[in-house]
Amino acid sequence: MTARVLVPKEVKRGAPFPVRIAIQHVMETGFRYDLFGKPIPKNVVNTLVCRYDGVEVFRAEMGSGIAANPYLQFYTVAGKSGELEFSWVDDAGVEGSERVMVTVVP
Amino acid sequence: MTVRREAGGGRRVPLAALLVVAFHASAAEPQRAIAPSALRSGVSFAGADVRAMQADEFANPGMLWVERGAKLWRASSGPEKSCSACHGDAAASMKGVAARYPAWDAAGKRVLTLDARINACRVGQQSLPALALESDDLLGLSAYVAAQSRGVPVKITIDERAAPAFERARALYYRRIGQFNLSCAQCHEQSWGKRIYRETVSQGHGTGYPGYRLDWQAFGSLERRLRACYSGVRAEMPDYGSAELAELQLYLAWRAEGLPVEAPGVRR
Repeated sequence: MTARVLVPKEVKRGAPFPVRIAIQHVMETGFRYDLFGKPIPKNVVNTLVCRYDGVEVFRAEMGSGIAANPYLQFYTVAGKSGELEFSWVDDAGVEGSERVMVTVVP
Repeated sequence: MTVRREAGGGRRVPLAALLVVAFHASAAEPQRAIAPSALRSGVSFAGADVRAMQADEFANPGMLWVERGAKLWRASSGPEKSCSACHGDAAASMKGVAARYPAWDAAGKRVLTLDARINACRVGQQSLPALALESDDLLGLSAYVAAQSRGVPVKITIDERAAPAFERARALYYRRIGQFNLSCAQCHEQSWGKRIYRETVSQGHGTGYPGYRLDWQAFGSLERRLRACYSGVRAEMPDYGSAELAELQLYLAWRAEGLPVEAPGVRR
């Protein structure tokens, strides 16, 4: 799964900064039928977790209402430089992950 | 061409000479229905939200395919060479390439789209199987290559070998097709800026493709968009990779000459 993560090059200690992530995924709703009338099974990224140095800072639970290729943005704070680690899983059990370093300046 | 009648001695050139000049001009360069200064990218007909989405490097979902293509560009899955082994850094070697496509392929004696060119390179140079048309991998590669030409004005070459294909495509552009009995020109040349229900009719330039269409919830080639137009006028859709679609893209690229490439675009 292709994904992109964006954080500022440097963040100030204790100041909120934006974290953005986009994941390439069909987010199949489960409400559609194929050309032969067979239902297409639901397959969405149901859980996305973001940890900062192992501590969970963000979690999203998504369903059929989220558009394809979900794009999320949230704010978090950091006390010292560390690694943001994203991991997610879809209904088919396919897992994905992405890491990015966050540099904290005083 | 308008010939203005000047009062007094202004009109001294014989009319026959004017006609000869006009004929030669049209033989070398077909008349453009939309003046170059009036050309407008498809995104300018979209709402502010779609324009913002395209302009934002991160929010633009098409960048996911560019990213995918960037990985494939460097990847080598076996003994065969990667794209970068021959072409090096795409930022340098592929800059402006998408602005020159579709182009005439002398070896195959056909019009090649960028997607077809990438597949020809895979089969001919890398000894790899061709990627399926509209597959995420092929779209990724063409998106990555096209993205290197962002901002470069479209400028294609139509020499005497490509001229018959160009003329066929132009005839197709003006031919009424489908149950709605509409030609491309009736919407995109004569009626652009007007509305079909809540949709503003664009000038029909393909400079945003390959691109992300919110309607599809997916990334697609210009061929996919053109097939949607065929379906829209209730006409039979040509197959992906058909000569008809490739030649039509050649004509569309000529119409769009001067507009910058903006792939990966975002459209409603």
